[in-house]
Amino acid sequence: MSDRVRMGVFAVTGVGLLAFLLWGLAGLPDFGTYRGPYGDILNRIAVPERSATDVVTAVNFDYRAFDTLGEEFILFAAVVGVTSILRAMRGERTRAPDDEAAGRRVPETSLAVRVIGLGLGPPTLLIGIYIVAHGHQTPGGGFQGGVILATALLLTYLSADYATMRRVGPTWLSELAEGMGAAGFALVGVAGLVAGGAFFENFLGKGTPGELLSAGTILASNFAVGLAVTGGFALMLSEFLQQTLTRRRGRGRRPRARRT
Amino acid sequence: MVFARDPLRQAMLASIYGLVLGLLFFAWQAPDVALSQTVVGAVALPLMILLALAKMRGGEE
Repeated sequence: MSDRVRMGVFAVTGVGLLAFLLWGLAGLPDFGTYRGPYGDILNRIAVPERSATDVVTAVNFDYRAFDTLGEEFILFAAVVGVTSILRAMRGERTRAPDDEAAGRRVPETSLAVRVIGLGLGPPTLLIGIYIVAHGHQTPGGGFQGGVILATALLLTYLSADYATMRRVGPTWLSELAEGMGAAGFALVGVAGLVAGGAFFENFLGKGTPGELLSAGTILASNFAVGLAVTGGFALMLSEFLQQTLTRRRGRGRRPRARRT
Repeated sequence: MVFARDPLRQAMLASIYGLVLGLLFFAWQAPDVALSQTVVGAVALPLMILLALAKMRGGEE
């Protein structure tokens, strides 16, 4: 295909796309108007019925928890896929990662990165735990908090080295958290089926709106998903890093002698 | 992003776009989505791209 033809095809399809886009935008409802009945109903009943002041989380982990279960297992499958691909490649080599090898050759981390990573680590951990634990009250929840918690693990790598990161979050722990979290979330649903008669029935006591221990199974689901997401992302992170460090060779200086 | 040819720059730009989109969600009163967008779009996705890039470059040497 010559450049002229290519530009011609682009011009035709571009104009067509623009026309359809403008047509669609013209038909949008006005800003702030909502036509469906469900949002209004949920806004009215979520707090008295479920004691969850964050209606979005109430929808995610209670009213439509079945959807979230599917999403959780999409993530689970993705993590398992990434991990198995990376591990098969690792078996091809016998060399240990540079950071763990006896005569280490690692690119040196700048002091600024180390200090900032060290300073950001604990607050990140705290924010992650807060967002998981208060998912039913304020925006956030297991998923967002879980990713933040996994980021805290990455900060360990940035401010120290790979070996330290492996000590803080070893692979078996990430795998355990990922598996237990995903299974725990599904079990909350099954428990609802057994105790309340429907999958993900919120059978626990709802408590007072605004208190930490409230909203019944929403809190439990949040913790399970938080655990699963933390484990999943941490696992992906360490597998990727393992791969990267294993293949990287002959670059950087020898690190200074480490004081212990 | 179309004009940035270096994958490293593209990853950084994707991160900035993710952050801006998160701020937009926040400004339009959707803090739940804003949080998800920020952690995934601005942190997790560029991070995965960076790690994959590092892996590929490591293999070339």
